[in-house]
Amino acid sequence: MLMTVVRTGPRVVIKDRGRPGHGALGVAPSGAADRGALDRANALVGNAPEAAVLECTLGGLRVRFDGPAVVALAGSDARLTVDGVVRESPVSVPAGALVQVGTPRVGVRSYLAVRGGIDVALVLGSRSTDASGLGPARPAAGDELPVGAEPGGGGGSGVRLGGGDRPGGGAESGVSAEPGGGAESGVSAEPGGGAEPGVRDRSGVGEIPDLSGVAAATPAPALGGSDDSPADRRSRDLSTGVLEVDLGPRDDWFTAGAVATFLRETYTVTPASDTVGLRLDGPPLDRSRTEELPSEGVVRGSIQVPPDGKPIIFQADHPVTGGYPVIAVLTPAAADLAAQLRPGRTVRFTTAPQPR
Amino acid sequence: MSTRFLRCGREAVLVEVADLAAAMALYAALRDASLPGVVDLVPAARTVLIRLDPSVTSPALVRTLVSSVPVADGRPVDAGTVTIPVHYDGPDLADVAALVGVSAEEVVKMHTAGEWTVAFTGFAPGFGYLIGGDPRLSVPRRSSPRTRIPAGSVALAGPYSGVYPNESPGGWQLIGQTSLRIWDLDRDPPALLLPGVRVRFEAVN
Repeated sequence: MLMTVVRTGPRVVIKDRGRPGHGALGVAPSGAADRGALDRANALVGNAPEAAVLECTLGGLRVRFDGPAVVALAGSDARLTVDGVVRESPVSVPAGALVQVGTPRVGVRSYLAVRGGIDVALVLGSRSTDASGLGPARPAAGDELPVGAEPGGGGGSGVRLGGGDRPGGGAESGVSAEPGGGAESGVSAEPGGGAEPGVRDRSGVGEIPDLSGVAAATPAPALGGSDDSPADRRSRDLSTGVLEVDLGPRDDWFTAGAVATFLRETYTVTPASDTVGLRLDGPPLDRSRTEELPSEGVVRGSIQVPPDGKPIIFQADHPVTGGYPVIAVLTPAAADLAAQLRPGRTVRFTTAPQPR
Repeated sequence: MSTRFLRCGREAVLVEVADLAAAMALYAALRDASLPGVVDLVPAARTVLIRLDPSVTSPALVRTLVSSVPVADGRPVDAGTVTIPVHYDGPDLADVAALVGVSAEEVVKMHTAGEWTVAFTGFAPGFGYLIGGDPRLSVPRRSSPRTRIPAGSVALAGPYSGVYPNESPGGWQLIGQTSLRIWDLDRDPPALLLPGVRVRFEAVN
């Protein structure tokens, strides 16, 4: 079966759980920005967790299938409509019907799963497009994407395919790298003064549309009510803006006052945010150690603090390594929430209960 | 300095060691140990990041297992040798020569004389940071990065040399060009410059 992309909206990328296992090659794990939402969307249509879906920023996506399909939407509160009628997920859609992802009122990213998964070729064990352009090309209007056979694990088991599934070597999708000028980009993996390349997203994967207009001005819908569905709980979590962290690995590079500030003050998501990093504005965090940190591996949810003291939350498309100290790391659930925060939203960090 | 385990969230452990040699040795030991639940390793200058699958293991368990992995002390990590043929005609060759205070020919001699080693990778698929070259070749990055650097560009910055695996923007000093494919997804593994690989540059015309 084929899925035809009728319209992409601001930004659509194929994502799955990513490609960990190649860090020593300089390959980032990538994967969906909101992993929990990816998993829910796949579960709703009966896919294996490895199946690939469409990660859709701010709605606007329209697709059709050339056969009967089962689809589900998770992530933001965007509505799923089939031929103009709002439907709950999962929903069976007839061949030729127009499936549309609406514009979210709360959240940023929606995950459209189809039973069978998006069955494009694996690249190093994953169908995710990463910030360097590794993985499938970004879907464009008119593209036809293969849908796998049911139930759709998609075979994302680490099988490596050769052939045409290489990253573009071309200008558009070439590997993004920017040895130099790291200071210019706060999200740069590397110290500005160091001899290291930084990372800049040239593929367009990390770029999200300018959200400053919709930002905080968008009113949050009334939350709560008597039924406490997972979606409601999630909306409530999103509305509080409290993100749980574990301090470290480099909290000892900051003054005690800075750590206290970090855990007390409110930070605002700035428009200069993307799926590589959420840049925050707020009280700067002072370091107790001022020497340069040799670059080291980072994870989704690592909160890196560049020389200006303003924290940056690494999201799913983060580079393999970062050159500034990481004061704390979001819990996986908090990293999922962070992926749904719009510019203008405020967040506060709190230490997570320790396991056992 | 002994080995330090640093907390890095719920899905990773960051191990800090004394220096690059220790980090390379630890990386090689962990790679060979294939610990259960460890899904990725990121070696760096002084650390190895261990990513784990929290449905299989935990940071605490990984710390315990890592402590029991024997790490060869001081043993050089031999990961093979790669010879990279280079046309030394890069746009920054003259600038590098001026910075070092020698002729362009001398720069080529210095770059080809010694053996380099891939210390770690990091910012792009297949980009290896090569160390161990002539210390006089330690030059700053360009003050203004280029927006487009062709794949195969051979470059210098700080104590490192490197080869751009794909076209990208960049700020390193470009001294030459190789036709060798540094990154090729049709190859397994796709990267030539893996940590520990020893590298020789060879001038070609």
